[in-house]
Amino acid sequence: MSAVMPTEPVAANAAMRRTKSLSERMRYLWYLGRRSPLTLVGVAIILAVLVMIIAAPFIAPYNPDKVSLTARLLPPSAAHWFGTDEVGRDLFSRVIYGARASCGAAFMIVLISMSVGVLIGCFSGVVGGRVDTAIMRLMDVVLALPALVLAMALAAALGPSLFNSMLAVAIVRIPAYVRLARGQTLSLREQVFVKAARTYGASPFYILRWHILPNAMSPIIVQATLDLGGVVLIAAALSFIGLGAQPPTAEWGALVSSGRSYMLDQWWYATFPGLAILITAMGCNLVGDGIRDMLDPRLRGR
Amino acid sequence: MAITRIIVPRLILLLFVVLGVAVITFTISHLIPGDPARMIAGDRASAETLENVRRNLGLDRPVVEQFTIYIGNLLQGDLGTSLRTNRPVAADIRTFLPATLELGTVALFIAICLGVPLGVLSAVYKDGPIDQIARTVSVCGISMPVFWFGLILIYVFYAKFQILPGSGRLAMGIVAPERITGFLLIDSLLQGRFDAFRSALYHIILPGFVLAFANMGVITRQIRASMLDVLQEDYIRTARASGLRKGMIIFNYALRNALIPSITLLGLALGDLLYGAVLTETIFAWPGMGTYVVTSIQTLDFPAIMGFTIVASIGYVLINLLVDLAYMLADPQIREV
Amino acid sequence: MMTTGTAEPRGQALAINNLSLEFPTFSGAVKALDDVSISVGKAEIVGIVGESGCGKSVTTMAATGLLPKGRYRVTGGTVRLFGHSTLSMDDSQLQDLRGKVVSTIFQEPMNALNPTIRIGRQLTDVIMRHEEVGPADARRIARDILADMLIGEPERVMNLYPFELSGGMRQRVLIAMAFSCNPGLIIADEPTTALDVTVQAVILRLIQNRARRTGTAVIFISHNVAVVSQLCDRLYVMYAGRIVEHGATRTVLETPQHPYTQALLRCLPERVAPKQELEAIPGAVPNLLQPPSGCYFQPRCKEAVEQCRSQTPQLTGADGQQVACWRRGVAVELPEQGGRR
Repeated sequence: MSAVMPTEPVAANAAMRRTKSLSERMRYLWYLGRRSPLTLVGVAIILAVLVMIIAAPFIAPYNPDKVSLTARLLPPSAAHWFGTDEVGRDLFSRVIYGARASCGAAFMIVLISMSVGVLIGCFSGVVGGRVDTAIMRLMDVVLALPALVLAMALAAALGPSLFNSMLAVAIVRIPAYVRLARGQTLSLREQVFVKAARTYGASPFYILRWHILPNAMSPIIVQATLDLGGVVLIAAALSFIGLGAQPPTAEWGALVSSGRSYMLDQWWYATFPGLAILITAMGCNLVGDGIRDMLDPRLRGR
Repeated sequence: MAITRIIVPRLILLLFVVLGVAVITFTISHLIPGDPARMIAGDRASAETLENVRRNLGLDRPVVEQFTIYIGNLLQGDLGTSLRTNRPVAADIRTFLPATLELGTVALFIAICLGVPLGVLSAVYKDGPIDQIARTVSVCGISMPVFWFGLILIYVFYAKFQILPGSGRLAMGIVAPERITGFLLIDSLLQGRFDAFRSALYHIILPGFVLAFANMGVITRQIRASMLDVLQEDYIRTARASGLRKGMIIFNYALRNALIPSITLLGLALGDLLYGAVLTETIFAWPGMGTYVVTSIQTLDFPAIMGFTIVASIGYVLINLLVDLAYMLADPQIREV
Repeated sequence: MMTTGTAEPRGQALAINNLSLEFPTFSGAVKALDDVSISVGKAEIVGIVGESGCGKSVTTMAATGLLPKGRYRVTGGTVRLFGHSTLSMDDSQLQDLRGKVVSTIFQEPMNALNPTIRIGRQLTDVIMRHEEVGPADARRIARDILADMLIGEPERVMNLYPFELSGGMRQRVLIAMAFSCNPGLIIADEPTTALDVTVQAVILRLIQNRARRTGTAVIFISHNVAVVSQLCDRLYVMYAGRIVEHGATRTVLETPQHPYTQALLRCLPERVAPKQELEAIPGAVPNLLQPPSGCYFQPRCKEAVEQCRSQTPQLTGADGQQVACWRRGVAVELPEQGGRR
């Protein structure tokens, strides 16, 4: 192994801990970023999407829902950067506003599956015994299934709407978090400070709330970040097959779906919303990879 | 034998999985807000007609009884009758499955052929320009909305330049070869139908590539990661210290070990492949399971949706079992004990 | 292709002259080696001792080009390996040398063999790489050399995977691999550290015997003075990336000059009379990002004076024994210091 030489980022991390000043930290981040330019690209994309979500009304040149029958299916121009759709709505504005529905849905999906999964996982780990076995077997069964096919069936059964498709995707993603949280809980349960808390009579709930959850969270949040990119795609895909957001909602998947019928003659209609999905998912994946590489001690040395 | 010790629990899990899917699909189809009887009978049907339809579908019996019947039917391979096509779902699936399998096989083949070398190059030239390009391509693949990518390729290659066909499995006017395997590429060759082969080949290029691209990204990333792991192992240092040639170290000493953990990923990638196939087929009007299920979703044909879910789930679990077996066979530490 | 050697002092296997090397990091350059000179004659057995992290392995890995590319910087000095200047060779040139001219045996035998390839194949791959032999001959050579490593049933062992062998057996296979193409120099980098004490002596003898018989030069790297003392003709003592003392093994062990060498020897349990307290060296190895001024050992040295803190001592003394210490001046005969303990 690399015992013969100082692994660079270990020394660098020590430097990070030693230095408190903001400028030093920024310099360190810049140093890391320079080593992985793709992560920086990812960060830039995420920031841009965040700006789109927050400042949509200020960026969008038109009201995204304003119909203008005289300006139907116009190609991209200075007035309409991404062109217009079949009822004359400005596609640039719709893509900007679409970030709210698409990214909001993805964020909610991850949030729901993470919270529920972590609760079940920690509970299972703390309680142990038969309950734990039963829960984990159930999770094994769900994990053994093709998640997205299941989500489609579920979303179809619940009825097509953005909320239902979010719910369906969130449900099938729960088991992964259950496993992760349970693993964390089991290893934490053996830690001295948790054992100590038990000896002075702390209730399981107290231990869970104050000792286990805070310590189990960081790997779980990393996992959630990594999930985000995939979930953006799934949410959009469900909308595309008609299971998610319904027209006329400005949502990227739904926009591609409506633009599909015009693809052969009005290429811009489906192209730009799809590009937005691709770029956003890339941003999430690049940042997720970057975070994982930074946290993985085996990858650090590379 | 170590292998039986590992297989038996997996087979037991498989049993539970099948039962689990059955419970899930049954529950879903009985919780649906839409009324299937109303769907069949149409909006203007009388109350009496509705009642008749219900009775015919068995929808009027107690839930537990319905479930027992459902399981019993499943065990006999009866997946119910499609509300839309009025044919047994099992028969429908038999019709559409080969097209999906053919597409999936071609896509997987392309994905592996492109993804593995790209991953190896990326790891060997880590942080160099080749690595940056390979990683960009791989992230692009992973982040690609399949349905959109398909549309773009259709626009470019079919609408704009008219190089490749954009929908279906065969050109119009070409009679499909007689069905032997269900794979048009194979059946046409077996029967010496080169016109059909040519047409089938042209038709599978675009959907095959679209479906392959996403999986290629996953494969590249996985191979890169495990190659990087392996390349810093002591035995690679030994190989370098004993002067073995670079190509030999990379392919015979490193890639061999890097592929073993990647095998398990292959099973998981099949889940993505299945899901990607649903979207790809929709875009390219590919007459397979994906198109079938999406049409069924749009017409609330629940027996068809659930039949698809069950078949897909069982297939997925079985394939993963096979993949795990392959994994065990590839690792001498497990094989030889 | 191999570059042929020129203008080499006869009988030198390896000549490292004034080698300085650093690892650039975020916080600055880690000066891993500072002005290190080591020479190894043909058929000579030389030891390098020092605490872990003092640069022993970095020195030899730099000389054989095994350090990770792009992660280090040579700031001065030359390396001549049987006349080849390895520092300026590219990877494929180095690959021709490694295994054929110089072999390295590493510390951890556990992972040093490829887990998915049978032992025999791993040996014959190396042999067929460097020798003009077919598979059958390569197998025969491999079998003979395994037998020479006192492996019973070499034919059976060649059909096994590494995980089916004990640590000691794996290390024998690695030694066999190192010797298989009759290199002129073998670098044994802590070859026995991970092994049981009972196996250690056997393994070391195997290396020594084979080297003596075939006229192979060997560099033993160890943090354990006791291990190398019985094997080596000459000894280099390294501290924090510098050579602090060097000489014939007996001389260095019997009359250690440098305070660090003396402290190192006092730490050996074997050298301490029963019931006498074991000594530890106070303080810690210096941080090579910000090394101390003057002599690197001065912060831990009981004898340090002002000069030690301000100026870096050079190796001085006759060929028999050289030391880098201001308190052991040139030509100062060592009456009261050292001596037999």
